[in-house]
Amino acid sequence: MIRVHNLVKRFGDFAAVDNISFDVAKGEIFAFLGSNGAVKTTTIRMLTTLLQPTSGAIEVDGLNPAQHKSEVRKRFGIVFQDPSLDQDLTAWENMELHGVLYHVPRKVRRERTETLLKLFELWEKRDTLVKVFSGGMRRRLEIARGFLHTPKILFLDEPTLGLDPQSRNQLWTHVKNLNQQEGVTVFLTTHYMDEADRVAQRIAVIDHGRIVATGSPWELKKQTSKESLEEAFLALTGTTIRDESAGSVDQMRQFAKMWRR
Amino acid sequence: MQAIYILWLRELKRYMRSRAQIVASLGSPLLYLIALGFGLGPVFQKAGQGSYLQFVAPGVIGMSVLFTSIFSGIGLLWDRQFGFLKETLVAPVPRITVMIGKTLGGATVATIQGLMVLVICLIAGFRPVNWMLLPVALFFMILTAIVFAGLGMAIGSRLQDMQGFQLIMNFLVMPIYFLSGALFPLNDLPSVLSFLTRIDPLSYGVDALRNVLIGASEFAPLVSLAVLCVAAFLFVAFGSYSFSKIQL
Repeated sequence: MIRVHNLVKRFGDFAAVDNISFDVAKGEIFAFLGSNGAVKTTTIRMLTTLLQPTSGAIEVDGLNPAQHKSEVRKRFGIVFQDPSLDQDLTAWENMELHGVLYHVPRKVRRERTETLLKLFELWEKRDTLVKVFSGGMRRRLEIARGFLHTPKILFLDEPTLGLDPQSRNQLWTHVKNLNQQEGVTVFLTTHYMDEADRVAQRIAVIDHGRIVATGSPWELKKQTSKESLEEAFLALTGTTIRDESAGSVDQMRQFAKMWRR
Repeated sequence: MQAIYILWLRELKRYMRSRAQIVASLGSPLLYLIALGFGLGPVFQKAGQGSYLQFVAPGVIGMSVLFTSIFSGIGLLWDRQFGFLKETLVAPVPRITVMIGKTLGGATVATIQGLMVLVICLIAGFRPVNWMLLPVALFFMILTAIVFAGLGMAIGSRLQDMQGFQLIMNFLVMPIYFLSGALFPLNDLPSVLSFLTRIDPLSYGVDALRNVLIGASEFAPLVSLAVLCVAAFLFVAFGSYSFSKIQL
């Protein structure tokens, strides 16, 4: 479903994505796991037609996102790291607007909106302005919206950031169910190890713009002979104290990032 | 087409829901109408120019159209800040569609606002010379609204945060308003001022309205029409270009 080969994205001298390759199979739940946000978000942006790679090849359902923007966009749903709902519209109106933008025929749109809002327990609140929704409700609505046009791939960029454990738990249950029912491929990024362990079938561990290991949670644990994914992650990346004492390389990266803004 | 419609509808819904904002936005036209219309009235009358209320009403209508349409474009800044912009930019519709939907929405809202101010003017005692020409006045309001909605989109696409907003307000929006002849007649002005009023698109919008509503004008109606059409085309094109350059 997704093929990435020798992908590089540079911002000036700083390589946010440094020569990564991976494949995501159809119907798979694939996680990008890493503490540094730059790689994850930059990769998602390239996969979702928002950013051009510096070099390397990307295929999304057999198409190059840089060339077939519109076609690729129809094929995926995305939940961004930050909210992207219109808060002055109701839940229903947000769904309706999305459906029209994605060319979903009226009848299908209405039916699917109802199904999805019921599934995500928002049906009773469909005529409420999103403004008054809680963080968890907004996230649920965004994910429901991402599924509306029956995408082949769903991108989730840190979807549970800032949510309470109950909401997180519920959200992943829904995503897993829809993954099974509709066979949608899920590409997610997170830095919550327990989530990746529970939800993802395959994980790519990211560090400094590179993939340092790929495999199922079980394989990663076995490879590092660790009990938990968190320990495996730390064994692979060794970044426990990096934030406290940033090395000169890290500082340069920070500078590069700052100047790009 | 449907995408344009739904984005247009969105602007309208958002407008209808912001009642407090609607009332607030009627405040300043009302103030101009009452304070200037009645305050400067006697002086204007003594200068042999007739009723200042009659004169200033089309200007105040033009002002509310200007402000509402420009701010609707600047509303893009909110879409950016609250994240909704991403939703539209990653959708499988061309950006020009998004741009047109939003511009038409903003222009519609501005026209409604202009009509409300017209009603207020009528309540305050303003009387058009020929009621039959009201549809023509509406047409010029729409045209003016499109001109400045396009400009607003260009500004909204380029502004990154609220800091730039004051700058735009003081050095673009207010000058467009004050140099448009909304408040004073355009004849016999010092040459610099006269030049500035003539490069201000709003001058032609207000002048056309004045022509239609009170039968007095500085420019020939066809000249105003032509200038407004060209300005609408240029600003909408400029807005589309700026919008197409937005990076997330």
